[in-house]
Amino acid sequence: MRPPPLRRCAHRRQGERVVSVGAPVRITVNGEETTVPPGTTVALLLDALGTERRGIAVAVDGEVVIRRTWSERSLAPGEAVEILSIAQGG
Amino acid sequence: MVLTDPTAATSDDAAGDDPLVIAGHRFGSRLILGTGGAPNLDELERALIASGTEMTTVALRRVDPTAPGSLFAVLERTGIRALPNTAGCFTARDAVRTARLGREALDTPWVKLEVVADERTLLPDPHELLDAAEQLVDDGFVVLAYTNDDPVLARRLEDAGVAAVMPLGAPIGSGMGINNAYNLAMIVEQASVPVVLDAGVGTASDAALAMEIGCDAVLLATAVTRAREPVLMARAMRHAVEAGRLARRAGRIPRRRFAQASSPSEGLADLGPSPAPGAASPDAVSPWPTSSGGPPGAALSGPPPGIASSCGPPGAALPDAVPPGGASAGGPPGAGASS
Repeated sequence: MRPPPLRRCAHRRQGERVVSVGAPVRITVNGEETTVPPGTTVALLLDALGTERRGIAVAVDGEVVIRRTWSERSLAPGEAVEILSIAQGG
Repeated sequence: MVLTDPTAATSDDAAGDDPLVIAGHRFGSRLILGTGGAPNLDELERALIASGTEMTTVALRRVDPTAPGSLFAVLERTGIRALPNTAGCFTARDAVRTARLGREALDTPWVKLEVVADERTLLPDPHELLDAAEQLVDDGFVVLAYTNDDPVLARRLEDAGVAAVMPLGAPIGSGMGINNAYNLAMIVEQASVPVVLDAGVGTASDAALAMEIGCDAVLLATAVTRAREPVLMARAMRHAVEAGRLARRAGRIPRRRFAQASSPSEGLADLGPSPAPGAASPDAVSPWPTSSGGPPGAALSGPPPGIASSCGPPGAALPDAVPPGGASAGGPPGAGASS
């Protein structure tokens, strides 16, 4: 399954203060390398991807990031993000 | 006089007084339908509704923004409870992580724990399975463990604190039915948590058989979702599970080698002297070709054609395959303490 493309810069959410200072952060999202602005959180990443938030879960480097901390957990260089959703399965 | 049949409840409320209870949660339906394998979400939704199921399994996979429709929306519309699984995990570590992701995605501590050994058989890996079950129970999960048809492993899982043991009838997606009815009966007999037959069901009679053996519920997906007519098969499974449950509660008769007349032998009419043996009346034409040799009964000495041969493995023809303790011969309904 192909990971979703990053459609726009993660920090360009309306009303969001741009916090990017320094070099872009290189991370992996669902197996695909990409870069995000420094300070990008899980919540901002999901917004940038336009991901439906119901029925999904996020792990960073194998550890589940619980929903209520999505807007606090910022992504560090080299981290691997997995964004999973429910799918048909027995 | 009006005769009413108190057991003639409709499908909708047949289970009303006989709910399946898992971890304190009551289910009216004893059929758990998996969502895997359906050609599309539309067909899946109609099959789910037709099956009458109240719980359905889902997997967790990387988000696919190109996927049409939303499974989440189907669950919302139908109001069917979702049971996240750990399908595709080969180690306890991965299964525990996937279970935590499922808990997060669906906000439920319930998980169908599945830790398989290899792609070819998809048989549960006993060691990893037990390890994962222990970790998840410690972490507060309600674990429904997909397991082998192994009574010892089932007991170990129960000792670990799982909410239900779910032995396979045959490998996932194989449609081979129940390969070891004897082991399944042993698991049922010893279990104090619900036993759910999970995997192997190919058609309705397999589901009925599982219930007759004493399983508390049946979990199946492929048999419905990959049937030529999934909605029809979903209905068939619903009725099969209900029929099997009712038959289990009713208590089957014991098997016997010879006939036992169901009509009284007293009070037969005197219809005159019998003809002497061998002296057939001249107008009696035997329908049996003389070349077949011997009386018609001789043709019945073997298994009836089309029965043994069409039912897969030999064990399939033995619904009660001598459950230990003769539970089939009219033991109390639902002898398992699970419901």
